[in-house]
Amino acid sequence: MGFFVEVLLSGLMAGVLYSLVALGFVLIFKASGVFNFAQGAMVLFAALTFVRLLDILKDTFAPITLALIITIAMMIMLAMAIERLVLRPLVNQPGISLFMATLGIAYFLDGFGQTLWGSDIYTLDIGIPKGSIFILESVFEGGVLVAKEDLVATVIAGLLVVTLAIFFQKTRIGRALRAVADDHQAAQSIGIPLNYIWVIVWTVAGLVALVAGVIWGSKLGVQFSLSLIALKALPVLILGGFESVLGAVIGGLIIGAGEKLAEIYIGPYVGGGIEYWFAYMLALGFLMFRPQGLFGEVHIDRV
Amino acid sequence: MTDITQKANLLSIKNIEVIYDHVILVLKGVSLDVPEGSIVALLGGNGAGKSTTLKSISNLLQAERGDVTKGSIFFKDERIDQLNPSTVVKKGIVQVMEGRHCFAHLTIEENLLTGAFTRAVSRKEIADNLEKVYNYFPRLKQRRSSLAGFTSGGEQQMTAVGRALMAKPKMILLDEPSMGLAPQIVSEIFEIVEDLNKKENVSFLLAEQNTTVALRHANYGYILENGRIVMDGPANELASNEDVKEFYLGISGAGRKSFRDAKHYRRRKRWLA
Repeated sequence: MGFFVEVLLSGLMAGVLYSLVALGFVLIFKASGVFNFAQGAMVLFAALTFVRLLDILKDTFAPITLALIITIAMMIMLAMAIERLVLRPLVNQPGISLFMATLGIAYFLDGFGQTLWGSDIYTLDIGIPKGSIFILESVFEGGVLVAKEDLVATVIAGLLVVTLAIFFQKTRIGRALRAVADDHQAAQSIGIPLNYIWVIVWTVAGLVALVAGVIWGSKLGVQFSLSLIALKALPVLILGGFESVLGAVIGGLIIGAGEKLAEIYIGPYVGGGIEYWFAYMLALGFLMFRPQGLFGEVHIDRV
Repeated sequence: MTDITQKANLLSIKNIEVIYDHVILVLKGVSLDVPEGSIVALLGGNGAGKSTTLKSISNLLQAERGDVTKGSIFFKDERIDQLNPSTVVKKGIVQVMEGRHCFAHLTIEENLLTGAFTRAVSRKEIADNLEKVYNYFPRLKQRRSSLAGFTSGGEQQMTAVGRALMAKPKMILLDEPSMGLAPQIVSEIFEIVEDLNKKENVSFLLAEQNTTVALRHANYGYILENGRIVMDGPANELASNEDVKEFYLGISGAGRKSFRDAKHYRRRKRWLA
């Protein structure tokens, strides 16, 4: 039993990281109906910027804080540039055009980030505790082994999700974001400026990418493959629903836990390696039986 | 009905021409005035250019690849045809779009609150404003926490008007408020429009196909056909005009007539420039 819980927990914690990447997708999809293929590239770009700035600023009095502030400023500038150069000229174009444009942004960011900051593998250390500890020793014999960094990541992700939920549900801007997501034209008709909303959404998505990038980066090292974790976010989105922040979180957890459990308990019967395709099979199943995902918005149609 | 034509013009459109997609000419020189504190009806059939006229005022045209290529629009003697939609709202003109366009996944109350987006005022003031809207539309208060997408057409229309009111407008552009609604709801909504006009001093420019109801509640009317104003006058005069009766109200002095005998208006251009 203790072993099962251990596998489950490690799965859930990996899932938290998938959720973080998926969150970025959800934010942009909600507010502009665009599937942002560049989210993975934004994760890489943010992490690269952060890790290189950390290196440059390592002799200053507060390298982490400074690097964080500058990186955040860069993500904001990136959001503004994307709005000005990509979204604005493509306003009222079909969704597929915008999707193709984000594909372009993805390639640009991959290249630009690596040209600017180099393409080596960088280790990122911001003082997240390493190593493992035993928890729940009173419940299970010998306790359950978890990695400390996973625990930290879980807490950070949890905080981020709660903040975002409050931002979306309770604030004036959050309400406007949801309004824009529902009906662009009506939002314009009551004076919500779309350009401003887009900048905000892309900024928030950029910040989420930064958090995801820093956590993944300190786990695996900052390298090109970070931008590929976006592919792992896809099944999470299909499972959780493209419009739901909660869905991204739950979807991530299910995929993370499912992957690990399947690997351990089903893997041996089929020769292992399940972890790599399990998520996609699960997503396929969902596409057939519940295409809007677990928490996707039900399409409200009046007849 | 009082003669409002003596009052100063709040909105004045001078000879605008609107082209969609660089090729489709929709408005061919439309001019009209909305005096302060009045309800002006813009009448005409499908495709006459009513919605286009309203959208060129609120400047929602850009979103549909439309463009005001000639003429000008003045609001309180200030030119507004080059402003972006958000600035137009800040100046005091809000459009209630055809087909309601409520935010389906927001509650009624959230819908109303989004209407106050452009106003940088205290929470207290917004809450007071909300209460005022609920006074005009008590039905919305009952349904404040239901998702707008699940409410009836009448409630959605009320939400759309209420949402516009939250911006504290001087003028509301109301596009086809009667669309798809039961006659009883239609007259309820028009009563409220008249009420708002009197008590809150909001002027209305109202695009309608339902000529009977529109002329009953408006002070002045313009008839638009094929992108041109073909006739205008005080609402009661229009309502008793033989041609209007025949074409729009379905009343004919000579009983049923053959369609062949129906005449088109003689086009009258109004070049004011």
